Amino acid sequence: MTGAAAPLLSIEGLRVEAVSGRGAVALTEDVSLHIDQREIVGLVGESGCGKSVTAMSILRLLPAPPLRTHGCVLFRGEDILRMPRRRLRGLRGGRIGMIFQEPMTSLNPSFSIGWQLAEALRLHGGLSGAALREKMVEALTRVGIGGSERRLAQYPHELSGGQRQRVMIAMALAGAPELLIADEPTTALDVTIQLQILQLLARLRAEIGMAVLLISHDLGVISNFADRVAVMYAGRIVEAGTAREIFSAPRHPYTAALLLARPKLDGPRVAALPAITGAVPPPGARPPGCAFAPRCPRRLEKCLEQPRFENGVACWNPLS
Amino acid sequence: MTEPLLRVQGVSMDFPLRGGGVLHAVRDVSFSLANGETLGIVGESGSGKSTLARMLLHLAPPTAGAVIMAGIALAGLSAAALRRQRRHMQMVFQDPMAALDSRMCVGDIIAEPLHIHGIGTKQSRAARVAELCAMVGLPAAALQRFPHEFSGGQRQRISIARALAPSPTLLVLDEPVSALDVSIQAQILNLLVQIRQDLALSYVFISHDLAVIRHVSDRIAVMYLGQIVETGPAEAVLRRPRHPYAELLLSAVLEPGSRHTAAAPKGEPANPADPPSGCAFHPRCPRASARCAAEYPPPATLDAQEFRCWHPAV
Repeated sequence: MTGAAAPLLSIEGLRVEAVSGRGAVALTEDVSLHIDQREIVGLVGESGCGKSVTAMSILRLLPAPPLRTHGCVLFRGEDILRMPRRRLRGLRGGRIGMIFQEPMTSLNPSFSIGWQLAEALRLHGGLSGAALREKMVEALTRVGIGGSERRLAQYPHELSGGQRQRVMIAMALAGAPELLIADEPTTALDVTIQLQILQLLARLRAEIGMAVLLISHDLGVISNFADRVAVMYAGRIVEAGTAREIFSAPRHPYTAALLLARPKLDGPRVAALPAITGAVPPPGARPPGCAFAPRCPRRLEKCLEQPRFENGVACWNPLS
Repeated sequence: MTEPLLRVQGVSMDFPLRGGGVLHAVRDVSFSLANGETLGIVGESGSGKSTLARMLLHLAPPTAGAVIMAGIALAGLSAAALRRQRRHMQMVFQDPMAALDSRMCVGDIIAEPLHIHGIGTKQSRAARVAELCAMVGLPAAALQRFPHEFSGGQRQRISIARALAPSPTLLVLDEPVSALDVSIQAQILNLLVQIRQDLALSYVFISHDLAVIRHVSDRIAVMYLGQIVETGPAEAVLRRPRHPYAELLLSAVLEPGSRHTAAAPKGEPANPADPPSGCAFHPRCPRASARCAAEYPPPATLDAQEFRCWHPAV
């Protein structure tokens, strides 16, 4: 944390569980994470690790029931999880914006880009007529969509995936967010377009000073664009630190193994990749203690107990 | 000179568009594949790489050009003769859930190609299925279960076993690890490299991921808007790409442990239904000249790399 100022967002002891007739199964456990103003925080992990559940719980977007959320999500000191619905609505799409992997499912296919953007701007600005139109063109230009006047008349299917994601970002920016939650924002995009979108987010962070929670399964994306990083495995944060620390000297054996398992563009070619044996245990079948222990080359007897998260890592036998 | 396992000569694929016009999904692509060799094909969406994969097996016959497998041209074969030829060439897709029949148990799925090609007796087929199951690292108990009971990685093992069933010499793999998590991706890549060696297979391996392509390939072909813009030995192309698009693709890769500083490439690929004149890459190319918009560059060679560019990196 920087200085004495309270963080912009602080998640404390978040536990999301799926409740059914057979009881409750924890999807995430003891997730704590903070984001300072103007900071890009990366949340990285494989499918099912709980990173999207964590993101969705920030704005209470999880269906309850069957999902139940415990803990606190403090936004500028106020607990979102206990906030009246009316206040929550003002936050969603306003001071906290959110973009998703597939903009096609978030945009309404039967309305023009202009209509949808106007909706977002009207909600937050109360503009109309020529002033609204000018604002819309400005909003599209800011996210790098050329020929903006013409674009307003187009429908989502007439745009490329990259352009659709730019429109989603423009809509999120309409609320002048202090925090943008970006859940796998470039996973559906080609590498050259991915880089454009990530650089756009980095530029907007600098220009308007918003913070970004960047969620991705892609270690390269997180390493290159996040200031700080939290690595999740089987519902828990197993390691956290600056991007430099995590990717140059990982301490949790899972982080280290994940980095090694990737094929590389540089260095000597290897015949066999150092794969991680086994598979991620699903929620409800997670082993006692450290969930990574059965797959871990450094496990000790002690690993049958849940390690505490201390000094940036939750591990009984971390790498030094 | 010995005949290569696979020879692809100037194949194109045109799709007629509603309301007139033609989409040139693949344009004038040629390459050959030696026995035991792996060609990695890399490109972004819309580059035509998946269409090309389907053309190699005549799942979608090319609208021009020829695919010659082990000396036999696929065009003009009768349905029965084409089926016989396909025994030697099998395909693995990105999404095993879509590729596997959800109502069949795993044992029947793996055995199906044996039935289709009339291979073996009931008994020998059962033995073969058990052998394939072990080869791809599936537990024997998997055979009685159904695809939905398996994880993505296990399902990809099932589709690999199915593809191997008729003892092919060539596997065409279309983004086989793209839907998998990193830790599982490494397991499947290791399996594919192992069986290639054990069974002396040849691969055409399609992926958008350059690091994956590097890991498996002897040679690489880079596709852009339906054309191969550069091809050559994997290490040479990746270390010193000659075509500006290959350079751009490589520069956009985000590797962990680094901080990307270069500016993102401008623009997006053009519409394949309306490709730019001359070199299709020229509107996005930092080195484009007037000539690039006017004339499609002829193939040129430098060291072992072949490319089509008026201004290659030298």
